Amino acid sequence: MSEVKAIAVGMNSCGIAAGARETYEAIKAELEKRGINIPLKIVGCVGMCYREPLVDVITEDEIITYGHVDPKKVPRIIEEHVINGKPVEEWIVKRDWWENGERKTWDVDGYFAKQKKIVLENSGYIDPENIDEYIAVGGYEALKKALKMDPEEIIEVITKSGLRGRGGAGFPTGLKWKFTREAPGDEKYVICNADEGDPGAFMDRNVLEGDPHRVIEGMIIGAYAIGATKGFIYVRAEYPLAIRRLKIALQQARERGFLGENILGSGFSFDIVIKEGAGAFVCGEETALIASIEGKRGMPRPRPPYPAQKGLFGKPTNINNVETWANVPWIIRHGPEAYAALGTEKSKGTKVFALSGKIKHGGNVEVPMGITLREILYEIGGGTKTGKRIKAVQLGGPSGGCIPEELFDTPVDYESVNATGAIMGSGGMVVMDEDTCMVDVARFFLDFTVKESCGKCTFCRLGTKRMWEILDKFTRGEATEEDLEKLERLAYQVKAGSLCGLGQTAPNPVLTTLRYFREEYIEHINGRCPAKVCKPLIRYVIDPEKCTGCTACAIFCPANAISGERLKTHFIDQEACIKCGTCYEVCRFNAIEILTGREE
Amino acid sequence: MGSSLDYLHSYPPEPSSLIPLLQRTQERFGYLPREVLEEIANYLGVPLSRVYGVATFYAQFRFEPLGKYVVKVCHGTACHVNGAVNIAQALTEELGIEEGQTTKDGLVTLERVACLGCCSLAPVIMINEKVFGKLTPDKVRKLIRKLKEGKLDV
Repeated sequence: MSEVKAIAVGMNSCGIAAGARETYEAIKAELEKRGINIPLKIVGCVGMCYREPLVDVITEDEIITYGHVDPKKVPRIIEEHVINGKPVEEWIVKRDWWENGERKTWDVDGYFAKQKKIVLENSGYIDPENIDEYIAVGGYEALKKALKMDPEEIIEVITKSGLRGRGGAGFPTGLKWKFTREAPGDEKYVICNADEGDPGAFMDRNVLEGDPHRVIEGMIIGAYAIGATKGFIYVRAEYPLAIRRLKIALQQARERGFLGENILGSGFSFDIVIKEGAGAFVCGEETALIASIEGKRGMPRPRPPYPAQKGLFGKPTNINNVETWANVPWIIRHGPEAYAALGTEKSKGTKVFALSGKIKHGGNVEVPMGITLREILYEIGGGTKTGKRIKAVQLGGPSGGCIPEELFDTPVDYESVNATGAIMGSGGMVVMDEDTCMVDVARFFLDFTVKESCGKCTFCRLGTKRMWEILDKFTRGEATEEDLEKLERLAYQVKAGSLCGLGQTAPNPVLTTLRYFREEYIEHINGRCPAKVCKPLIRYVIDPEKCTGCTACAIFCPANAISGERLKTHFIDQEACIKCGTCYEVCRFNAIEILTGREE
Repeated sequence: MGSSLDYLHSYPPEPSSLIPLLQRTQERFGYLPREVLEEIANYLGVPLSRVYGVATFYAQFRFEPLGKYVVKVCHGTACHVNGAVNIAQALTEELGIEEGQTTKDGLVTLERVACLGCCSLAPVIMINEKVFGKLTPDKVRKLIRKLKEGKLDV
């Protein structure tokens, strides 16, 4: 057993929300109390969000990670592991060690067994606020290599790697760079789209918070290849920690000469500024994003001209998203062949997904393209946390769709996912079980689109609103067969009549649920919500066989809708009930039942 | 308000400074006061209508002061399928206001947000800068009661 070199706490937003700051303070206090002088540092998120707060105990040849470390667990870890050199076996969730210079990982859930880390290779392993830690794992080596290459040669490498835009649309990155390089103009820009707005997506946040230099390095290489002099990172204001760490990283990169005038003596000058988004989902669309940086309302414009010809301030501009930029240094370092060896014929490399919803192991995963949805959901994700059957998985957020279980053998690549009617999207993967109502999900996404439509195109502005109204009728049990047809017709019209991706894809959640879960819509016409979600179609009742008269439901009911004497069967007044579900939650005898339709 | 606008001149007087200036103004005052918007329009040499046009387009900007505590209810997909609607309902009942409103005593503003990115803790709310996860309607009611009594550390 070798000596403990350092302790690290996973301190991305997800970890902090789970209590990592309290854990960090507890470790600090414990070390001080015992007079132990070893470094306590922060790292990003390794992806196991479901086991946070995570604490690493680092020795010369391995990293041992403990999960769910609240302050109460701290003294024992320090006492047994740090002082006596005996790891606390029952709390270990992950181990890393090195074989021939390659990092190997084992974990208690099999979460990492099928993952392949490129974009996330450093996330959770280095201190994102310390450039030396990035450099120590090979950071900025790719930049040094690239600056000795011809710009065309770099574009050739990226093209050969097969990298495609990770923002969702999957446009070949090398080709995009080539267009911008070849566009006439003395001033050119590169932009990093970090306006991660899909609800349920947090891949980019994790990269920016956990390994910001990687994105910066990718951008510098891209700028050199394209001939750009200035870069912008457009990051949503809802990510304050990502913004803070990016600012620190940019400053450190400038101090080391990786950014600014005459980078590393190459004669190439380039710098990056951060632009904070202001809360408009449509700004994830590239022309809207450009308008927003220019200080305008973020409304898309027709293309062509594409940003590669006429972008920010009318100059040739290359926009890629966070994950795309984060792939670049790896490709330069390891060569295009190594990257293209991963994945399928048309989709190369890896993809990062954010697993959430009813999944047991929710967090960030990075998998080789071509893996099936089933492998991600069951082998990595561990199925549902409720133990119930996974009914569907939602891919691509408001622009994507719901894929049913019978299609879970679909390989993850752009073409195969598109064929299901969903889209790869940026990587949000929300798992739904039998308790999720697909009509309600469709209405939820339309509600989002209605609020986020910029209002420029009539079909998007009004069409989505009319679609929402029809869906709302379904959830109230007031829809008819005719509404079903109207909804479908309108969906295709909105797709056809919208200028940008937001409107063109907004009907996808409706169309995919209509395609795969039509029977649920029909059930709603008949006044039933099979998942028992839509409030107007359900009622809460008490099973007299199970009710013990403990009075808990009556005490907690915020509407005073429950009556009954102590130790006698209680009763819910249906008129007064607001269907908040509190009784269902507090009853310890499973005596509260939810009924729908004509169920008695 | 003049002296508190010293930050104006640290931005170049060009239209692309508009959004960063609005963000800075909101950081300073908690909302966008009309007088300041007029100053910004003058400084940048753009019409006030343009300033309002941009400010009203983005969800981040507010035109009224905020409550002492801002409660953000996450309506992301993961929160939604884990019962965010019930959480929101409990909050509106407990506070007696709808999403987007501030209590009469100026204590609490209730906001609706698209996604806080803490999906593994769904359903979540954020009170000022602190995230509370894995909530139930009952837990949320208790949180708000503690908040009203000034016993919640946020």
